[in-house]
Amino acid sequence: MGTAVLVFRLAARDVRRHAAQAVLLVVAIAAATATLTMGLALNGVTSQSPYLTTRAATKGPDVVGYLTSAAQASSLTHASGVANHSGPFPVASATIHFDGRQADVFAEGRSTSPSAVDQPLLTAGSWVRPGGVVIERTFADALGVSVGDRVSMNGKSYAVAGIAVTAAQSPYPNLCNGTLVAATPAGSNFSNACPSWFNIPFLSLPNGQELASSDEVGQIWATESDATGLTSPANPLTTYAVNLKLTNPADAKAFAYDRFAHTTSATAPLFSTWQGLESEDGKLIQDGQGVLQPGAFLLALLAIASVAVLVGRRLSEYARRVGLLKAVGGTPSVVAATFLAENLMLAVFAAVVGLAAGWLAAPLITKPGAALIGTAGAPPLSFANVVQVIGLAIVVALAATLVPAIRASRGSTVGALNDVGRPPKRRGAFVRLSSRLPIPGLFGLRLVARRPRRSLLSAANVAVTTMGVVTVIAFHAFAENKLAGAVALTGGGLSNPVVNRDEQMLTVVTIMLITLAALNTLFTTWATVLDARHAAALMQALGARSRQISSGLIVTQVLCALPGAILGIPLGLVLFELAVKHGSLPPVTWLAAAAIGVLVAMVALTVVPARLGARQPIAEVLSAEAA
Amino acid sequence: MNENSSGAPIVRARGLRKEYGSGSGLVRAVDEVDLDVAQGEALAIMGPSGCGKSTLLHLLGGLDRPSAGEIWLQGRQIDKLSERGLAQFRRHDVGFVFQAFHLMDELTAQENVELPALLGGRSPREARRRARQLLDQVGLSDRAGHLPSALSGGQRQRVAIARALANDPQIVLADEPTGNLDSAATLEVLRLFEGLHTAGLTLIVVTHDERIAATANRMISMRDGAFVDEMRLTGGTRGNLAGLGA
Repeated sequence: MGTAVLVFRLAARDVRRHAAQAVLLVVAIAAATATLTMGLALNGVTSQSPYLTTRAATKGPDVVGYLTSAAQASSLTHASGVANHSGPFPVASATIHFDGRQADVFAEGRSTSPSAVDQPLLTAGSWVRPGGVVIERTFADALGVSVGDRVSMNGKSYAVAGIAVTAAQSPYPNLCNGTLVAATPAGSNFSNACPSWFNIPFLSLPNGQELASSDEVGQIWATESDATGLTSPANPLTTYAVNLKLTNPADAKAFAYDRFAHTTSATAPLFSTWQGLESEDGKLIQDGQGVLQPGAFLLALLAIASVAVLVGRRLSEYARRVGLLKAVGGTPSVVAATFLAENLMLAVFAAVVGLAAGWLAAPLITKPGAALIGTAGAPPLSFANVVQVIGLAIVVALAATLVPAIRASRGSTVGALNDVGRPPKRRGAFVRLSSRLPIPGLFGLRLVARRPRRSLLSAANVAVTTMGVVTVIAFHAFAENKLAGAVALTGGGLSNPVVNRDEQMLTVVTIMLITLAALNTLFTTWATVLDARHAAALMQALGARSRQISSGLIVTQVLCALPGAILGIPLGLVLFELAVKHGSLPPVTWLAAAAIGVLVAMVALTVVPARLGARQPIAEVLSAEAA
Repeated sequence: MNENSSGAPIVRARGLRKEYGSGSGLVRAVDEVDLDVAQGEALAIMGPSGCGKSTLLHLLGGLDRPSAGEIWLQGRQIDKLSERGLAQFRRHDVGFVFQAFHLMDELTAQENVELPALLGGRSPREARRRARQLLDQVGLSDRAGHLPSALSGGQRQRVAIARALANDPQIVLADEPTGNLDSAATLEVLRLFEGLHTAGLTLIVVTHDERIAATANRMISMRDGAFVDEMRLTGGTRGNLAGLGA
């Protein structure tokens, strides 16, 4: 007990004495843990609450059947367990044009009077009328239309009468997601694309090739006559939608499976269930995990570098304390515990800060999007999530301090008391090479060689930052290609809400990465400056100019940063590929610009500490070293 | 030889003052010092710890700037030099020998000696040749590839002396050069200084060891930042350095 009190007291006093360092360490670890918390929180978040709110407000169906003929409807509407229905409604395919943008749409023919099941909720304007259509809100946002605008479909002009949300379909751009296409619950339950018999127009690409868009289709509602008026012999009406309300909504999946499994016809009905649609809507939110979890990984790596540099800078001070503890009878385990306690305490505190910040920030990224009404609310955090987050913080702290702690506990007491410190490394090849360089190069290269671990940490810092930047660039390239693909198919130019959301999150993670990397650069440079104080003063005593010394310190950082920036490019591409899985490579010039940009930023951040380091009073430093 | 050489002094300081702090905490480490050192002279500055002798040496060598007063070396006023000018001055005109040696731990003896020559713009080959020559001169050619940690205190100080000579300075400034050495090593260092003096270099040595001071041409005593005594010597134990080893 006494030992625990001692360890705690020493750690607490040290934190108080070095408050600024403690704050930096907490910030570094909290950034990683907050990001992980947000990522984990998305596991538990579905858009259940917004979906259910929307479902209630729109008389949402339990099952939607997609039929190839209206005649198929009666067997469904009269089936056992069906309490109510609406439809069948004709679903015509068309190409919509607005303000230079165009996209594929499904136009569902509706009555001007409200439906008993699936009556979309207007968020603006009024319901369908002859010549006036209602556009699903996510699609309207992507297309950029408002109530009162005029759009053209298959060559005919229509007014935008209203904008609405529905619980009967997944929102743009994943309209057909949630449609049941597998025969068994164990199979692949939901499609990622519209069924082949959904009549999607074939579009000509510039190279003459014809492709069918099976994705990124928008939903509109029109009067039945307007919807059927969009058809033609070349674009026949092949789809009808029927919305079913069951006596027991929980039976929706079983109802759909039963009907799907007992048919072998290629034109048999396909189904969506409310559970499937809810799950698909949730994926819009959970998609952010693909950004946040790799982001948390990168931030954790940077946090390790931050802690390692902060701890490394004070190793000689720790060593003196270790010597004192040993001299008064501290065992190696007590010494190691003392060494670790401070950083572990700070890490756990940072984890709590990160958990709170992540939990509070999570609702910002769990907004359900324009497709639904209501909010997802505060995400649940399970005990396992909390353990994972605290575990990450402890791993970060241990990764940076365990080895120094063990080394300190095993080291010589006299050596620690005398503050001998670790002698700098000698790298003969570097020394010989550096003697051929101008003075800044000579000094810089020798500094790199004398503290190889710090140089590695510095390189790792740049590599992780470059990884993050390259990932962002790769994602932007992917998004552009994706949108360019839409242009090729539909002449589109529409924004993609899923991609937009990912890009926003990626930008936030990248800003955190860059901020942490900038802090790390400042830590590392300052640690280098402090470590080089004696060498720099001596060089100046021998005739080196202060500018040569500051340039040498900058060269040190550049020499470390250069391999990091180069290595960060492939690592970033690998990370992106792992996260996105079907990405496309960004142009080489973008990647080179990213690496150069990171290098320039690192150099810029190094200038001030390097100049300050070179302006030290020579006589004072040399006298202090001699004392 | 060469003591009291005719002509202008190689080092001249007038009204030299160095202050630290302000108000009631003001400390005058060097207080209105006037000093002339002739070409080829060996000057010892003595005094207790904290009397300002090392500060004076730092001012004379351009490692620090005076609060007031003027310093002239070889007819050039150095207290008005820019940082760049001071760096050039330290590089070519003076050589320092410190009590704590101040060798780079990760460089071999030869590489330490090469350093000022490389700073002075000599080619690596020329710097290496000069370093070998100097190490030979201080009797350490067989230790050229050793790291400082593998050398004795005396050997380290001899490396430091060789380094101080790398750019052929006119003046060598030594701050307690034997303070960390045993008697045998002290003797080795003094013999080297004797050789430098004989070769015509101007030596200014700060020490609190009277035996070391006795080898100079002139000895100045300092107290509280000011000169309190000056004594011309006849060469003291020079020529009989072996007696110091006792």
